[in-house]
Amino acid sequence: MINELFFMNGYAVYVLSAFGFTLLSFLSLYLVTKIQFVKEQNRFVAKFGSLNAEKAHSAKSQRINKEILAEATNN
Amino acid sequence: MFKIFEPNKIFQFTSRAPKYVLFLFVVVLSVGLVEALVLSPEDYKQSDAVRIMYVHVPSAWISLGIFTSITFLSICGFIFKNKNFFLISKSLAPSGFVFNLIALVTGSIWGKPTWGTWWAWDARITSMLILLLFYAMYLIVWRIYDSEEKVYKISTIITIMGIINVPIIKYSVDWWNTLHQPASINILSKSSIHSSMLYPLLIMTAAFALFSLLIFLMKYNTELIKIKNKGLDRL
Repeated sequence: MINELFFMNGYAVYVLSAFGFTLLSFLSLYLVTKIQFVKEQNRFVAKFGSLNAEKAHSAKSQRINKEILAEATNN
Repeated sequence: MFKIFEPNKIFQFTSRAPKYVLFLFVVVLSVGLVEALVLSPEDYKQSDAVRIMYVHVPSAWISLGIFTSITFLSICGFIFKNKNFFLISKSLAPSGFVFNLIALVTGSIWGKPTWGTWWAWDARITSMLILLLFYAMYLIVWRIYDSEEKVYKISTIITIMGIINVPIIKYSVDWWNTLHQPASINILSKSSIHSSMLYPLLIMTAAFALFSLLIFLMKYNTELIKIKNKGLDRL
């Protein structure tokens, strides 16, 4: 069965390169998107940390800001 | 009317969903790969080269589906003056672009053993290449313009121009003599593909749809945090 998978009647080079390209594209897109997300999340945490107590309190009153901070801490 | 979809409200859901979608994607993709590479039969004419169909066809379907959604959402964004529609469109575009590229590359790899050539200026291949250019233009517009209003306007014009190409892609095999065969899967009538090939194809389509959902959610969350970053600057 392993031989069949790696030979495929002589078409393995085409089939596996098509599947390989697809999976590689998936992995690249996932990593690029993940890096962008983490970068933006870190920027948010850094900005939030630099706020004074009053501004931080006002920013924290927004639920979404709290969610972003909670997600960043979980990661 | 669209208050339920407000970013502030749905972030709670979109921020948690990616890990579940990723898990589901890995499971469905694993099943799909076993079906496509091992369990599905070879074709009587194309032999094992037919297995390329399991990555080529779902990619083409999803890239067409995403472009159609982007156009619909952009037009809705303009009609209802709702920024969130544009944000969703922008977050969908990268996966649509990548699926379009995969369809072209895997199609080219499939072309060599079946047609004897890597590339032909066939109606369907050419129209898919044009769609890739529209995707590229759409993504570039978001990068080069700072003015939101300008981006919304230009990106919508690009999608409206690009959507004309979508029915051309779909019906190119009927309208012109092309190397591509006519559609084997029909929603309204009986499909000419055997169930032993149809099920793996549907499983791979589900896996690819989950992947595009995963990328969409991650990209959408990134965009929301970007907006919140700007909000912190204004405090």
